[in-house]
Amino acid sequence: MANLDRETMVSVNLTNPEEGKWGMVIDQDLCTGCQACVAACAMENNISFVGEELSGNGRSMHWIRIERFWEGEYPEVKATPFEPTLCQQCGYAPCEPVCPAYATVHSNDQQLNLQVYNRCVGTRYCGNNCPSQVRSFNWFDYERPEPLNNQLNPDVTVRRRGVMEKCTFCIQRIKRAEDTARAEGREVADGEFAPACAQACPANAIVFGRVDKPETVVSQLAKQARGVKRLEELGTFPHVTYLKAG
Amino acid sequence: MASEKQHEEHAHGEEHLRQEHLMLDPRPRGEMNAMVMEAMHYTTWKFWVVAAVLGVVVALGLFFSWGRMIAEGLGLAGINRPSYWGIFIVNTVFWIGISHAGTFISAILRVFKAEFRRPFTRAAELMTTFGLMQAGFSIFMHMGRVWLSYWLFPYPNQRMMWPNLHSPLTWDVLAITTYLLASTMYLFLPLIPDLAMARDRTEGGWRKVAYRILALGFRGTEGEWKHLRLAMNIFAFAIIPVMFSVHTIVSWDFAAATRPGWSSTIFGPYFVVGALHSGMGAVVIVLAIVRGTMKHMKYFIRAEHFEAIGKLMLIISMTWAYFFFNDYIVQWYGGDKWTNILLHYHEAGPLGFLWFLMLAVNIVIPWAVLWNKKWRSNPWIVGTVGLLINVGMWIERYIIVPISLSINRTPFTWDLYKPGIEIPLGIGTLALFILLYMLASKFIPLVPAWEVQEGQMAHKLTKYGRETVVTVSELE
Repeated sequence: MANLDRETMVSVNLTNPEEGKWGMVIDQDLCTGCQACVAACAMENNISFVGEELSGNGRSMHWIRIERFWEGEYPEVKATPFEPTLCQQCGYAPCEPVCPAYATVHSNDQQLNLQVYNRCVGTRYCGNNCPSQVRSFNWFDYERPEPLNNQLNPDVTVRRRGVMEKCTFCIQRIKRAEDTARAEGREVADGEFAPACAQACPANAIVFGRVDKPETVVSQLAKQARGVKRLEELGTFPHVTYLKAG
Repeated sequence: MASEKQHEEHAHGEEHLRQEHLMLDPRPRGEMNAMVMEAMHYTTWKFWVVAAVLGVVVALGLFFSWGRMIAEGLGLAGINRPSYWGIFIVNTVFWIGISHAGTFISAILRVFKAEFRRPFTRAAELMTTFGLMQAGFSIFMHMGRVWLSYWLFPYPNQRMMWPNLHSPLTWDVLAITTYLLASTMYLFLPLIPDLAMARDRTEGGWRKVAYRILALGFRGTEGEWKHLRLAMNIFAFAIIPVMFSVHTIVSWDFAAATRPGWSSTIFGPYFVVGALHSGMGAVVIVLAIVRGTMKHMKYFIRAEHFEAIGKLMLIISMTWAYFFFNDYIVQWYGGDKWTNILLHYHEAGPLGFLWFLMLAVNIVIPWAVLWNKKWRSNPWIVGTVGLLINVGMWIERYIIVPISLSINRTPFTWDLYKPGIEIPLGIGTLALFILLYMLASKFIPLVPAWEVQEGQMAHKLTKYGRETVVTVSELE
């Protein structure tokens, strides 16, 4: 034991055999909590609007949300940094093995957790088993008020009641970028495209790219000392790195 | 003079033994068969009033509410994030627990040749089948898209679909369907001689046709009995591991998950014992009601039976307490931050009183009441204790499922669970269980007449000198 320095131990314990392909870095120092990512995500991915009452009952539908806590007792309260929370696209995702219908599966091609809506039978086991609680369930068929029904994204499935859904890292954009690059006979360039949340972030707090290539911006940022993974101790190998604030 | 008095006492003792034990109080076969048949046929207007009320409750509470929920969405229930599972799963586990009593009493006591089991094996086996039906209803209600539930069954198909055998829910599907099939066959096999008896004693009409078909032409020849005994023996031994596996697998739904309070390695045996705890409680409730309401049942079901089941209940309560504290203390000792928050939330959270109520009715009351032979011989006292144990075991599952789900590793989502349409649906399953049981008691002989007669033939009072000794011969 004495010969093991910290670095070796980390490399022994926390090396992900599936190091993943796409990843994200979220800088909590830069995040202002403006919720632009939340709005952009809802637009891009045809997420339903559930209204105030259902939101209050724990039925909000967001693939990304801004978590914020207060520390201490009033009036001596301190706000913690904003924490945009989305599916961590775990390498070993707890949601995957528990689905009886193979509705939540790991993509070999993209190294992402996929949710196959038309296979989902709604047992909601994945939602229970998700350590970050980032899955949203369609408790009803939700109405889309008049002008909003015209803005549905044709690239994304509209989900019906009884189906679980979650962040896909905007896989429709990934596929489009890959198809374009393949058609032009090249690799997808770093920063060529971004998911809706990263694109909308005015502070550039969200950076997206290939984590399996060391030269990309996202890999460089993730190497910083203040980079942490959410609930790392569970060994789920998340592909989102948070850069701690302060 | 002295010897005369002794003789008198002796005769009195023998009389007393006969009064106390069904096995020592034989009646002629024809008479007993007639009693069983009369218990089945005799109904009062009260029976039909209760059945009609239950029918309305089933129609409104179960089928109408369920239809509404299918049409509008699962949001009518109270489940939310983070409590994705609620009373539906609580009821599923509860009903599977109830279903364990049938097998426990019937198979385990049959294998161990416990003689007191004879008059009520069928009453317990019926609970298994009908309890599993309610568990099935509850689990299907729980599904977001129940109309696709056939996707969970493994059969070759053209959809490129196969259930995920890594998922504890798939194990559940396999375990519960196995148990349902096995327990239904196990209910049916000992029923064949009684169905044949009913067939021979029915004059005509639809009952005659039904009994003739169901009795499979059983005439009671030596060869038929030999085959029947062999089949019952195989099933009695084979169904015991199935019973243990079912509730262990149900517990793995929780134990295999990565959640504080759920990932506990002792959940398997803890759940099995919990199932027996609630199941035995349910058996005594049913026996107390059957004894009080059905004709001739006071002959078949006596204080000795409640006394014997009361002892079992006491032992199971002690075993449950052992597993409960083992589970609790090891989880607490683990020192995991989230688990400790959760354990504290169990006792001191907004529903902490439930935790104390559970301990009171599952441990304190059975221990305080059932040690006393006089009390545990009283059907209504034991029945009440059984009812309380069932309340306690339901609360235990409620604490494990929605209350534990309220706390997770993402404090931002912590939320309380408030039931919605689960309540009418749960009452509907309870009503359906009672209704099915009531109707079944009027269609099949609730007392296995052949089993009682066999036991009575095997038991003899023999005198060794002055001592009267009960001897049991091996018939099988």
